[in-house]
Amino acid sequence: MKALMFGWEFPPHILGGLGTASYGLTKGMWENGDMDITFVIPKPWGDEPKDFANIIGANNTPVAWRDVQWDYVQSRIGNVMDPQMYFDLRNHIYGDFNYMSTNDLGCIEFSGRYPENLLEEINNYSIVAGVIARTVDCDIIHSHDWLTYPAGIHAKQVTGKPLVIHVHATDFDRSRGNVNPTVFSIEKDGMNNADHIITVSNLTRRTVIEKYGISPDKVTTVHNAVEPLNEELLNLEAPPGKTSKVITFLGRITMQKGPEYFVEAAAQVLHKVNNAQFVMAGSGDMMDKMIRLAAKRDIADRFHFTGFLKGKQVYEMLAASDVYIMPSVSEPFGISPLEAMQMGVPSIISKQSGCAEILDNVIKIDYWDTNAMADAIYSIIKYPAMFNELREQGLAEVNQITWDKAGAKVINIYRNLINR
Amino acid sequence: MKAICFYFQIHQPFRLKHYRFFDIGNDHYYYDDFADDDIITRIAQRSYLPANEMLLDMIRENGKKFKVAFSISGTALEQLEQYVPEFIDSMKELAATGCVEFLSETYAHSLSSIYDPDEFVAQVKAHDEKIFQLFGQRPKVFRNTELIYDDDIASMVYAMGFKAAITADAKHVLGWRSPNFLYSSASAPKLKLLLKNGKLSDDISFRFSNPEWASYPLTADKYINWINELPKEEQLVNLFMNYDAFGELQPRESGIFEFMKALPRFAAEHDIQFWTPSEVVSKFKPVAELAVPYPMSWTDEARDTSAWLGNTLQQEAVRKLYSIGERVRLCTDRRIKQDWNYLQASDHFFYMSTKHNDDGSVHSHYSPYDSPYTAFTNYMNVLSDFMTRVEEQYPASIDNEELNSLLLTIRNQEQEIEKLHREVEMMRNNIVNDTTGDFPIDEEPAPVKEEKPAEEPVAEPEKKPAPKKKAPAKKPAAKKTATKKAPAKKTK
Repeated sequence: MKALMFGWEFPPHILGGLGTASYGLTKGMWENGDMDITFVIPKPWGDEPKDFANIIGANNTPVAWRDVQWDYVQSRIGNVMDPQMYFDLRNHIYGDFNYMSTNDLGCIEFSGRYPENLLEEINNYSIVAGVIARTVDCDIIHSHDWLTYPAGIHAKQVTGKPLVIHVHATDFDRSRGNVNPTVFSIEKDGMNNADHIITVSNLTRRTVIEKYGISPDKVTTVHNAVEPLNEELLNLEAPPGKTSKVITFLGRITMQKGPEYFVEAAAQVLHKVNNAQFVMAGSGDMMDKMIRLAAKRDIADRFHFTGFLKGKQVYEMLAASDVYIMPSVSEPFGISPLEAMQMGVPSIISKQSGCAEILDNVIKIDYWDTNAMADAIYSIIKYPAMFNELREQGLAEVNQITWDKAGAKVINIYRNLINR
Repeated sequence: MKAICFYFQIHQPFRLKHYRFFDIGNDHYYYDDFADDDIITRIAQRSYLPANEMLLDMIRENGKKFKVAFSISGTALEQLEQYVPEFIDSMKELAATGCVEFLSETYAHSLSSIYDPDEFVAQVKAHDEKIFQLFGQRPKVFRNTELIYDDDIASMVYAMGFKAAITADAKHVLGWRSPNFLYSSASAPKLKLLLKNGKLSDDISFRFSNPEWASYPLTADKYINWINELPKEEQLVNLFMNYDAFGELQPRESGIFEFMKALPRFAAEHDIQFWTPSEVVSKFKPVAELAVPYPMSWTDEARDTSAWLGNTLQQEAVRKLYSIGERVRLCTDRRIKQDWNYLQASDHFFYMSTKHNDDGSVHSHYSPYDSPYTAFTNYMNVLSDFMTRVEEQYPASIDNEELNSLLLTIRNQEQEIEKLHREVEMMRNNIVNDTTGDFPIDEEPAPVKEEKPAEEPVAEPEKKPAPKKKAPAKKPAAKKTATKKAPAKKTK
């Protein structure tokens, strides 16, 4: 089966959970065999893994004819794309886009991030999608998150193949209800045009059905999974000389993640327990407010801010932690508790996160219930049996949550659509 | 001829209230009285009381040919006395018919049989005493918490003077053997064993009203026929179940009461009788010995102790609890003794189970907590507070051995005092008899009186309900008696 996927991020250059999930799912589907996946991203860097998906960069796809030679193309973009692909794509230019700002290869530039002119970039992405859809043969089209819905719709119109959209988050999650009308309309348009909608949790599925008015039989939940960690990360150890218990919050310090509840729970625990330290790792627009709040609660001496952590630093932080907390107010899935569990760290998550639907060996609390959060923290750092049980059972559980199972579910959805 | 032996279990634990870590050291009352009241009253109204009514009717109608046995835990009795006293009256009425046998068990429905032999013996005695006080019977047949049984328990039970024990029909123990015989224990051959007939018991208690069951609807006629059709040599059918099967698990409208009432009539047609466990033991001979090296029970698919001790949370909690058993038995504080009992209820550990299959749904059905981890957290917070209180009475700095020797001294001295008392008494009598009107008589009683006031202050402050006042008042009193009885303690 041939699938044409549109995504926005792909490891190793990722900005959030979307890239990790897109990668994991693609790989998981490939592991099921008989899948030929073409994955389109705005701007490849050349170091993306290519063994299970054919990656096409939107910024290397010509939309205006340029008379260029093979060698020139090879020297310009050979590191990210086979020149033959460039010429194939060039043969399928469907309109005159010379009025747009294009480069020497007739391609539109993309930042591949979330710039100020995001809407313009989304539109350009959809123009490019027209060329790719005419070039690449496919049985099904799959769009990851709202940024790529217009591209998916365009590809569907060109090819007449069924469109699956994958809802990794909705604007209701990102804004706590204050939805941006433009984003909403793009999302809604994508959902209306989709032949099937995949959501990452039942929580998101309900949002799609209730807030966007989509028929329930068109929406299926496929929960995310995690990639197994490599030996190097698993063998990371807590720094020697660590004497106190470390409780960690790891994520963007924004309204969606509920950082203030973490501080309040910390205050309760610290007033009763001496040998504990709380760490808020990450950055975001609420960071200063949190620093002030910690000072006001008189716990600043044992409440630390690390700033933004990336790559291996994240795992070093987890290796040093005794408890991981994700008090998100609204989390479509939330992959980081699974990563904490992989590192053997007992996790406390809010019932309002999608991953709570599939995890048993974690402690689930309401994000606003700081009392319950404090109780759970206290119990884990005070009672060794609690720590060990959560650690071992959590490890065993998370190792069962693999992408090939999620991939199989997606393939099944494809089959139903194609044979319809 | 065949015999049916009915036995019903009644148990309710004292549920813990939401106890936060801030409460440790501050709040010494642990129980959710509202929930206990609510639950026991509801179950009694829907099940226990109408079921008692049913049994009374059956006994009256069948001229005392219908007999049953009960096992009621001490904690359940306490709750019933407090919240549903009419049930105790109704039970007394049943007991008065002579057709009801009461079985022995641990007072708190505890796991002490596995972890703490001394505690086990003490609890069984306490329970049997309670049964005797209420119903005037001394239990002769033993039934452990949730039918937990193994060879070690058998030895202990036999040593306590019981002639039989009731247990489950775990497949991994029985193998090809049928539960429809009387067995004896391998470790204590004189202890007879009655095994639950799982299929026929669960037909009544779990499947009776299930329309998807192939044998639905179950009639008394059909049921008695099943028993009648058992091979001829299988003469004994042990039907063991929770008493709330009548009216609660199987609702009244399912016709469960009418089903039961019809049983004796059909049984009589086939010469099937109803016996109590004691009768079974005296009338049947055991066919074989049963060796049970590892504990079995009647709970969960595995029929072992994994329902209470299956994960590290449960093991840790139980271990912590029994680690202070010896200390608690030294305490004289009645509130500590009471909490110690209530905290031992196996239910607390049942709630901590992390099983996720069909068993898991049973666990969460009974659990007042939303997850096993919350159950553990809450229990451990309570236990921490409890352990601090015990610690306040007997600091951990004195090790158990030292404490034991102190205890021994105290006991010896008690005996010594008792002996001397008797001597004094005797001598005084001699004096009275021999030389009337002598002065020493007036002086002699003084030491006797002195002992009594020393005892009283111990009991009095304990009766005060206010926990805050109690703690400080308690300690000096306890110390006073201790020092008086055992001068050795002063050296500390």
